[in-house]
Amino acid sequence: MQIQDTPSLKAEARNLNFFYGENKALKNINMPVYDKKVTALIGPSGCGKSTYLRSFNRMHDLYPGNRYEGEIRFFPDNTNLLGADVDPIEVRMRIGMVFQKPNPFPKSIFENVAYGLRVRGENNKRTLDDKVEHALKGAAIWDEVKDRLSELASNLSGGQQQRLCIARALATDPELLLFDEPTSALDPIATGAIEELVHELKKRVTILIVTHNMQQAARVSDYTAYMFLGEMIEFGKTDEIFIKPKDKRTEDYITGRMG
Amino acid sequence: MNEKSHLSSQFDEDLNGLRSHVLQMGGLVETQISSAIEAYSKGEVSSVKHIVETDRKVNDLEIAIDDDCAHLIAKRQPAASDLRLVFGISKIVTDLERAGDEAKKIAKGVRRIYEAGQMPSQYGIGVRHIAEAALAMLRQALDAFARLDAETALKVIQADVDVDTEFKSIMRQLITHMMEDPRTITTSIDIIWIARAVERIGDHAKNVAEHVVFISEGRDIRHPPKESKA
Repeated sequence: MQIQDTPSLKAEARNLNFFYGENKALKNINMPVYDKKVTALIGPSGCGKSTYLRSFNRMHDLYPGNRYEGEIRFFPDNTNLLGADVDPIEVRMRIGMVFQKPNPFPKSIFENVAYGLRVRGENNKRTLDDKVEHALKGAAIWDEVKDRLSELASNLSGGQQQRLCIARALATDPELLLFDEPTSALDPIATGAIEELVHELKKRVTILIVTHNMQQAARVSDYTAYMFLGEMIEFGKTDEIFIKPKDKRTEDYITGRMG
Repeated sequence: MNEKSHLSSQFDEDLNGLRSHVLQMGGLVETQISSAIEAYSKGEVSSVKHIVETDRKVNDLEIAIDDDCAHLIAKRQPAASDLRLVFGISKIVTDLERAGDEAKKIAKGVRRIYEAGQMPSQYGIGVRHIAEAALAMLRQALDAFARLDAETALKVIQADVDVDTEFKSIMRQLITHMMEDPRTITTSIDIIWIARAVERIGDHAKNVAEHVVFISEGRDIRHPPKESKA
């Protein structure tokens, strides 16, 4: 089925360049991120898709020598996420991230999810209980952990840990979730659970997902962007990209003709 | 089509195998139709048996190609032009198989007419002419498939209009003939069936051409909205 309506913008990259020291990793990226839609970033290793993803929550600020040019506008307030006056900590409150390998804190299941809330200054036991439960339910893991919230998170299986990390990201009620290859370390069943979850989550949050698995991009996303050598080659509706891509380079990549 | 090779050479081999099987199947159907036309014009009832036998081979190929398509989808999850190719092939073989069935119908009609007596000569030429046009369409459609050439495919689609018009004219002549001389009704009806089968072959060739346009350009041009007639 075709997507009929034009959704509103959640974010938009405008003439975005990024440098690791001298090395230009992103070249003049322009791309919309639509509100409450899933946008998949695909492309071969080293194409810049993770670099691009990480620009959204200012992860690159952690290392010296990294430099942004251009802007990423975040709506509805039209803030430039890359602006010098914008506090990266504030940005990360609004934009959650889930990584390739599940990285729970060496704490209990409960404390993992409550962490972001405590950082924000939330200490009310009742509020924390409610929000942790809500986040765990949102990440479809509540039923599996509700009787063992005080156990160490590292005792969970890989797939459960990843859903716990999603719950942790959800706890602060982010507007945008960034997924960096969230299922590449998981088995097919756990992968299926995460994909199902992505489908549920997009009802209330915008999602940007980097994936190496093209079938996954085709399954979970509404929009797909193909990147190559730091450039945005093609952005479009997923339905169109996987049936009739406009650019020959996209075609070559998704049909497995890259050499 | 994409001239670059896949990372997996086995994938390339599978796709090339599929394409050559479709062309092989198309070749068999072409033979069926041209033999049926010959049988019709020259009264060669003996070739009917051969046409029916070829139809079995065509049916087997249809099943084998569809099976290969299913395996290829399951194993490779083709996308973009590869997906359109596999999807299109699965549809093309359906049309080829049906065109083969129509050739078989022509052959059986020819047998009935010649076993009952002689072919009324005045209809030989009209039906033969439209049959050759339909066969040419199918050849051209297969040629377009072999080269994934949308331009040639569009010519086939245009040609179908002529075949349809000529079929209607043959129908009118036969109806007049039957009214003038009711003794000819049995034979005339057989000829109508044959002309009808020929017209259907033209339709199947047109369908194949439409699938070729989809494969090569990603446009689905079936069932265009009716233009208002001036």
